Amino acid sequence: MTSEISIQQHDFSLADEVALLEQDNATDGAVVTFTGRVRNNNNETEVSTLTLEHYPGMTEKSLAKIITTAKERWNIGRVKVIHRIGALQVGEQIVFVGVTSKHRKDAFAANEFIMDYLKVQAPFWKKEQSDKGEQWLDAKDSDETKAQQWS
Amino acid sequence: MINIVFFAALREQLDCASLTLESNDLATVADIIKQLSARSEQWQQTLNNASLLSAVNHDMVDQSHPVKAGDEVAFFPPVTGG
Repeated sequence: MTSEISIQQHDFSLADEVALLEQDNATDGAVVTFTGRVRNNNNETEVSTLTLEHYPGMTEKSLAKIITTAKERWNIGRVKVIHRIGALQVGEQIVFVGVTSKHRKDAFAANEFIMDYLKVQAPFWKKEQSDKGEQWLDAKDSDETKAQQWS
Repeated sequence: MINIVFFAALREQLDCASLTLESNDLATVADIIKQLSARSEQWQQTLNNASLLSAVNHDMVDQSHPVKAGDEVAFFPPVTGG
């Protein structure tokens, strides 16, 4: 089976990722995917480019831990997490989470759980280039609150 | 030796991506912060920010976590991926 985690500069294809989750997988009736994209506006700022930095090694380890926890908590089949790094333009895809399960409830919950924990635990940082110059984005308290709801 | 790495805004504020320290007098992450804070006002301010996060060997830890020779210790701001 292909790796569950990919940190990459290049784009990904939703159709290809869904095909991989479904390939030779007749037991899972549910496939839930989430795709995150670069928004054109953040806190009243016109964004032109986001640059994603990460901590190689720790990123993969933290995502693997999140996936393991999700598998312990829900009855899920396959998982795929893709996160892009480098310079991304408005409208480009940043992140993908795909989860399969026999029935939809587990895949829905596990997908949201993985995204919520990725947001607060995986070592990625966004720098925003906009009409107001260049700045590192601040973490949001609402993301922390969202992740804590699972505990 | 302990390898120390910095990321994102922290790396830019300190103008430093990585450095190494002798491990002799360093028992915890907090000891590293204390030693590096003595370098300048900039280091003192940056490393004593309440939102500072730290990791030892790729696991997020708090500042009481022990460190030893050969460890990789990372300092970075709250994460903003996804």
